[in-house]
Amino acid sequence: MASGEVKVLGTWASQFAMRPRIALNIKSVDYEFIEEKNLLEEKSQLLLQSNPVHKKVPVLFHGDNKPICESLIILQYIDETWSSGPPILPSDPYDRATARFWAAYLDDKWYPAVKSLGIAEGDEAKKTAMAQVEEGVALMEEAFGNCSKGKGFFGGDEIGYLDIAFGSFLGWLRVVEKFNGAKLIDEAKTPGLADWAERLCSHAAVKDVMPDADKLAEFAMIVVAKIRGLGLAAHSL
Amino acid sequence: MEEVKVLGSWPSPYGFRVQWALELKGVEYEYVDKDLFNKSDMLLKYNPVHKKIPVLVHNGKPIAESVVILEYIEETWPQHPLLPKDPYERAMARFWINFLDNKDKVAPFVTFFIGLGEEHKKAAEEVKELLKIYEEQVLGEKKYFGGEEIGMLDLAMGWMAASFGVIEEIVDVRILDGETFPRLHAWIQNFRANPVIKNNLPDHD
Repeated sequence: MASGEVKVLGTWASQFAMRPRIALNIKSVDYEFIEEKNLLEEKSQLLLQSNPVHKKVPVLFHGDNKPICESLIILQYIDETWSSGPPILPSDPYDRATARFWAAYLDDKWYPAVKSLGIAEGDEAKKTAMAQVEEGVALMEEAFGNCSKGKGFFGGDEIGYLDIAFGSFLGWLRVVEKFNGAKLIDEAKTPGLADWAERLCSHAAVKDVMPDADKLAEFAMIVVAKIRGLGLAAHSL
Repeated sequence: MEEVKVLGSWPSPYGFRVQWALELKGVEYEYVDKDLFNKSDMLLKYNPVHKKIPVLVHNGKPIAESVVILEYIEETWPQHPLLPKDPYERAMARFWINFLDNKDKVAPFVTFFIGLGEEHKKAAEEVKELLKIYEEQVLGEKKYFGGEEIGMLDLAMGWMAASFGVIEEIVDVRILDGETFPRLHAWIQNFRANPVIKNNLPDHD
């Protein structure tokens, strides 16, 4: 097993960068958080060198290993490297497949819909995007019921892979709710997720890395204005 | 008694990955082609979220998404391991599978196949650049992407060994030749020659 210093390159606002930090906290592994100061307009040399393929955060540095990129891949690396700590993926292969399936769904299908909603202009566009976002949340409410099996988290008694994958979006979900005057996760529509969200945000491994919703909202306004102004494609985020 | 079914759709490369994995591990399974069953029944039952193949059904429990299926197969039937032991090497294999499957990286190959005129020319250039990455950065000096043995990344790249030659014939443009891409070219020969893979390649015609 590689040993040595652990560093995470990310930003305070990035839901993807939050993921390895939660995982390392769960495993009680000390790490240094290196903040990328101006991700949107001026990427650092460190980022460009360590993730030349995607130029995105997070990047994990561990000892002498070359950098590891892609948040879900980093989660699995953390789980496999610090295997004696609390597990991140479930132990049963079918439960693992279920967790991986939903995490992939969130990143590949659901999050692009959230982004579209963020930059959509006009009522029609917003309505369409909102419907997709809501559909995803409804699926996750159902998934929560199936995965938690009556316990508090997707991972059961403790936070796991899917808790981290979905939970990392909570800050931005609150921003979307605020900007659209909508409720995506609440006691009435998604009782399971509503309780889960509270539980997750107050968990020791999460609370210090979850960004403040108001700060995020302010930041979101700047980001959306920049995206529209610079004409950047949503997928470059 | 174990029951393993694969729902696929010839000649989908994503379906082939799953079959190759099971074949290499010596797991018996029943293959059901999408054309043989009513899409509105079986597929909706087993993959309501994406409504796509492949789906693996193991003792009645469905698993969708080829990469998720491959990880499940690897964990359930550990013989003929498809991933390295070292966590860093595993992360690298996963990274490149993720890269390869990214829709921006798949699109140029699709346009190369079905595009016309300027679009096609541009796609050919993009395909060349991608192949260069696979040749130099990903395969390098290794015999297989997985090292000495076929691994998960080989299976993900396997469509190239199975079908790219046919695509080149159809569009009458040769890109992946032995001179420009000697390592990939050699890999294709090795991959196709593997006794298990050989019996499970789509028929040229």
